[in-house]
Amino acid sequence: MAEKQVLLVEDEPNIAEAIRFILSRAGWAVAIEGNGAAALGRIAAMRPRAVILDLMLPGRSGLEILADLRADRDLAATPVLMLTARGQGRDREAVERAGATAFLAKPFANADVLAALEAIAAPLAGGGAVPTAAAVARGA
Amino acid sequence: MARPSLRSALTGTRVRERRTALRLKQAELARMAGISAAYLNLIEHNRRRVSEPLLEALAAALGVEPETLSEGAEGALFEGLREAAAAAEPPEIRPVAADEAPELERIEEFVGRFPGWARVLAARQARVAALERVVEGYSERMAQDPFLLDSLHEVLSAVTSLRSTAAILVETEDIEPEWQARFLQTIAEESLRLSASAEGLVQYLDEMEAAETGLSSPLEQLESWLSGRGWHIAEFERPDPPAPEALIAHAPELASSAARELARVYLAQARADAKALPLKPFVLTLAETGPEPGRLAARLGAPIAPVFRRLATLPAGLPGVPPIGLVVCDGSGTLVLRRPVPGFALPRSSAACPLWPLYEALSRPMQPIRTVVDMAGRLPQRFLTYAFAAPRGAAPTFEGPVLMEAMMLILPAPARTEAAERAVGASCRVCPRAACPGRREPSLLSER
Repeated sequence: MAEKQVLLVEDEPNIAEAIRFILSRAGWAVAIEGNGAAALGRIAAMRPRAVILDLMLPGRSGLEILADLRADRDLAATPVLMLTARGQGRDREAVERAGATAFLAKPFANADVLAALEAIAAPLAGGGAVPTAAAVARGA
Repeated sequence: MARPSLRSALTGTRVRERRTALRLKQAELARMAGISAAYLNLIEHNRRRVSEPLLEALAAALGVEPETLSEGAEGALFEGLREAAAAAEPPEIRPVAADEAPELERIEEFVGRFPGWARVLAARQARVAALERVVEGYSERMAQDPFLLDSLHEVLSAVTSLRSTAAILVETEDIEPEWQARFLQTIAEESLRLSASAEGLVQYLDEMEAAETGLSSPLEQLESWLSGRGWHIAEFERPDPPAPEALIAHAPELASSAARELARVYLAQARADAKALPLKPFVLTLAETGPEPGRLAARLGAPIAPVFRRLATLPAGLPGVPPIGLVVCDGSGTLVLRRPVPGFALPRSSAACPLWPLYEALSRPMQPIRTVVDMAGRLPQRFLTYAFAAPRGAAPTFEGPVLMEAMMLILPAPARTEAAERAVGASCRVCPRAACPGRREPSLLSER
């Protein structure tokens, strides 16, 4: 895979467009999926290097998608950066429990999205282990 | 236990009251009880303790139960004063100096000498407790109110978008004109959305202030009391379950007489359910069948309704049993019981969503209805519901109206539900589903 591909699951078109702009300039190929119900299928078809997943989606919530992803043997190792709401402690706990690789609270600084994505998508030396939420971009 | 001896300190006053009411002379009563008039005088002024045999002799002479003399009618008053003392100064905030603390050991003396002031203090305490419940209700509401949470989500999304877009425009020096125009357009759109969300919030808060000035409703008082007990009445699982009245007597949360009456009816039914479906065999069967009320009822040879109620009031923490919610409505659709479950928003005072399977059951009595619903909310959540409606209470007769009752059990949806789901909400006012066929009034939520 010559290009670094990331799937952005986000229903807010303006947020998605801004993130796509920022990541594209750093060399990422960004695909956008606005419908939670279609997200898992897109991930399976595309096999991106990482997924940026909004928690609050119509159709199927980010938590449900994450649970399905982690339960799928082929896709379970996909690093996931979860977008949550700042200050919603309950959401953050749920996200950690559900197995997010890292999370980022909205609203965020543009540089933080890129940094968090590069951190979880970096190929690790000596094994395919996925970094944990505790290790990366805690709340940033 | 200090209470009986504290209360008995006023026994003399009660002896005196009863004696004068009967127009007996001190000497006469003293003779009947076998003591001297001088000693009775000391007792009547609470300056001598009364022994148990003497209390019985005095009570017999005065024609009352000994407890009437030793306890009096002030029991509730003492409770109120003790509560006031306990609430006066939370010790963790500031240690109370010994001479500043309420003189609990002299509470009888206080009530004896200043009964009017004591009643005022106890009444103030009851009022403070009621107001504290209102505040708790509000704060819980702030944390769970679907409209507030949705508005917050709107504001957050708009702000996130504005922040990112503005930063791109400021930080990208070589931005192409098309992109620049695109992002300026975004800023214009999101600013409008932000001001619309803010207007909606202000209007909602205004209406909330106007609508809610009173204390909680009787049903809310009952539900709050049951919630405090985890919705499980452990006393009824014993071989000798107490009368409902005995439980109600120790429930200060049931402030109004209407709430106590609701509680009495609820508890009588819970007690009967516990007797008909004892916990141990119920839980054992449940472990075999899983939380499926139809199978469970068939295995136990029980009607559906008590099985629903038992499932929703199991003790917490049974292995393999998820939290189970229950709503019950009468024939008018009015919710008469709401046992909540996280994520399934229940309307507080307004009518619920007409698309709930609960109401479908009401229109199709005796037919079990199993539906997976998708509850509108900040996070979409799915629940498995079982709904059933039947005539209320005992077997219907040919005389008088048949009153229907519908119930709906709410369980977490099975993982990876693929089947068709029904889109429902809590109540129209706080539901974001703009194109809903069941909508009866506009939503407060801005349309997505």
